[in-house]
Amino acid sequence: MNPELGQVALILALVLSALQCVLPIVGAWRGSRPLMATARSLAIGQFVFVALAFGILMWSFWTNDFSVAYVAQNSNLSLPWFYKLSAVWGAHEGSLLLWMLILNGWTLALVVLGGKLPEAFFSRVIGVLGFVAFGFLLYMITTSNPFLRQFPVPANGVDLNPVLQDPGLVFHPPTLYMGYVGFSVAFAFAIASLLGGELKSTWVRWARPWTNVAWGFLTLGIVAGSAWAYYELGWGGWWFWDPVENASFMPWLIGAALIHAQAITDKRDGLRAWTLLLSIFGFAFSLLGTFLVRSGLLTSVHAFAFAPARGVFILVYLAVVVGGSLLLYALRAPKVTGGKSFALASRETLMVIGNLMLTVACAMVLLGTLYPLVGEALDIGRISVGPPYFGPLFLILMTPLVLALPFGPLSRWGKADLKVWRNALVRIIALAITAGIIGFIVGARSWYALLGITASVWVMAGVVLFAIKRWREAPRGKRYPFEMLGMMLAHFGIGVFIAGAILTTSMSVEQDVSMKPGASVDVGAYDFHFNGVTETEGPNYRAQQGTVVITRNGKHVVTLHPQKRTYSGGQVQTEAAIEAGVFRDLYVSLGDAIGDGAWSLRVYDKPFVRWIWGGGVFMMLGGFVVVLDRRFRLRRAVEPEAVRAAPEAVVPPKLAEGEA
Amino acid sequence: MNPVRKRRLVITLLILGAVAVATALSVFALQKNMTYLYSPSEVDAGKAPDGHPFRLGGIVKEGSVHRVPGTLTTDFVITDRFQSIPVSYTGILPDLFRVGQSTITTGSMKDGKFVATQVLAKHDSTYMPPQVEQAIAKAEKEHRVPKTTQGGGAP
Repeated sequence: MNPELGQVALILALVLSALQCVLPIVGAWRGSRPLMATARSLAIGQFVFVALAFGILMWSFWTNDFSVAYVAQNSNLSLPWFYKLSAVWGAHEGSLLLWMLILNGWTLALVVLGGKLPEAFFSRVIGVLGFVAFGFLLYMITTSNPFLRQFPVPANGVDLNPVLQDPGLVFHPPTLYMGYVGFSVAFAFAIASLLGGELKSTWVRWARPWTNVAWGFLTLGIVAGSAWAYYELGWGGWWFWDPVENASFMPWLIGAALIHAQAITDKRDGLRAWTLLLSIFGFAFSLLGTFLVRSGLLTSVHAFAFAPARGVFILVYLAVVVGGSLLLYALRAPKVTGGKSFALASRETLMVIGNLMLTVACAMVLLGTLYPLVGEALDIGRISVGPPYFGPLFLILMTPLVLALPFGPLSRWGKADLKVWRNALVRIIALAITAGIIGFIVGARSWYALLGITASVWVMAGVVLFAIKRWREAPRGKRYPFEMLGMMLAHFGIGVFIAGAILTTSMSVEQDVSMKPGASVDVGAYDFHFNGVTETEGPNYRAQQGTVVITRNGKHVVTLHPQKRTYSGGQVQTEAAIEAGVFRDLYVSLGDAIGDGAWSLRVYDKPFVRWIWGGGVFMMLGGFVVVLDRRFRLRRAVEPEAVRAAPEAVVPPKLAEGEA
Repeated sequence: MNPVRKRRLVITLLILGAVAVATALSVFALQKNMTYLYSPSEVDAGKAPDGHPFRLGGIVKEGSVHRVPGTLTTDFVITDRFQSIPVSYTGILPDLFRVGQSTITTGSMKDGKFVATQVLAKHDSTYMPPQVEQAIAKAEKEHRVPKTTQGGGAP
């Protein structure tokens, strides 16, 4: 198939997105049904053309069409087929196309599932999404065209960056983007409600399931990325506070805050303006994240000098989206106040504390991530800000959140019963201390590890107490609605994550050793015996493969084969060998031959490392499960309300637009 | 003051307090934990801090990599083609570490030698700190060195 066809498909999609941005919004403004009705067909049409372009790019990879520059740079004749297909999103241009496809996918899902939303509101939402799509398509077509041809056509491609040749690449970017782009839906809902001058906050209930799913995907994407770094970078680390990681972490923090703010707005009608603001910022950080990672802005300020058009476009686009939304917010938000009042000791207060900590943490990460950039722009010199900044600060900021977390669900809306708090506090403290003592007896000796165990049980105990409370107080069948179940899963996941993160950090044994064949080294309770290195071959690489036999008290545990691969493009890539377990990972990675037949090896015993990702998986499940709740089903019962709301939603905008 | 206003005031003060504390902490932590990057020429000119950790960026000089037998220590020289600094690192070098490639090392000067605690070679093999890049471009112009061959990494 012809790559130019993909180009044409993208241009057609651009035209459709421009129409999708204008027609439905004008329709909603004028109250014109025919114009509003275009929303659906335009969104579907755009999806079809972007999917076509995506398919064509995939086809170019599949057929090794190296006349397409992007394919030549990121693929190779000997690349296995599954990496050929996932190489589509292995670099800048293709990953933007994936981003677009996912945006269209979310829009399509809205078209299919949002049929019962009020028409004017729905049209505005689709219109806002059309605007987002327009910006991205324009960016892609003008500065990052994946279908660019090159002549002469090279006989073979450069090959995909070996770091990316891992099952992680197949899953990590798509799930991460599902999350990033998913926040565009909450954003579109918020902007649509601001555009419509809607004083009611019914939109929040409609937005909630979308936010939860997006956040679930983002969690999964981050977990996949972290696991990938652990496997592939050969360091055995799972989080580096690298700018690229921070870029995905910031929207996650805002997303977590947004989920809770939306819950308050939905149930108590409070924090409406805050929810609007978080909806805007959640998506703004997603955009920032995408651009920071993909423009190369962070690894090198040169991205600007290299392709000034890209950098300038990004800045302008961000300014328009964020600035425009904030302007709209400033004009409209003062009208949206109200909500039920709450006492200082209440569930709302605890959730506000959580929100505050999450947003401040996000600001802290933003500061640390962008500071080097600012420093360079101001010619202060090249600065780097690393884990010593992020780690302790994050810990400090999360402490109040973790302390408050068990009590949120246990408190009532409006005004909490202090007796309930006291009882819960006594039990949670008792459980946490018991866990600490058990941990000490079992063998955790450092104060940091004990702190981790106590904190983890602190959170989990809260979830268990809440489960018991519901079991006692609620009637059968209504004990754990899905919304509540999701909350419990996610909170439990935080407990699991805390245990994993802190125990891994405090109890890991890590050693860099030089070993000759036949030598042994003790790591923790294990004996690592090195049997030398042999040559082996893969589809597109040669490898030196070490053999390490691990025993414990003389009993064979596992034999590991770490590799050092040299790919056909000449790049070298370490493949760590890992024996994974629920309670510990044994990790061996091969360094270099250092003369005399000796090799340098990196040998780790990492307890509880899987709990880090396990916790993430619980959080993700929590995000997904919430969607099943009856509360979010768009019922016929919504209709009369929507009809009543319709004139109100269509008429005031005219006035409001006039005064704006 | 009515209770609603009082509540709002308390919450606002709480928020302001938290933000102030967080800002103070962040700024403090930033100042404590920033590390600056210098090129070999800048280090030679005495711009780098004495005894404090900093980052040294440049090219791994051809023929300079030597292993100390029986240990994990590697000695090499980092250059920007004008000045060179000897570096010593104990540990496993990253995959992308190669002669003629750009590298960033973190550590501090000790007896005229840069003792590195970390050696970085980013995924992006074409990345080079600007000062170093400028120096090298200048060196190439003056034909001080044959053009170094860049590894075949993805662009």
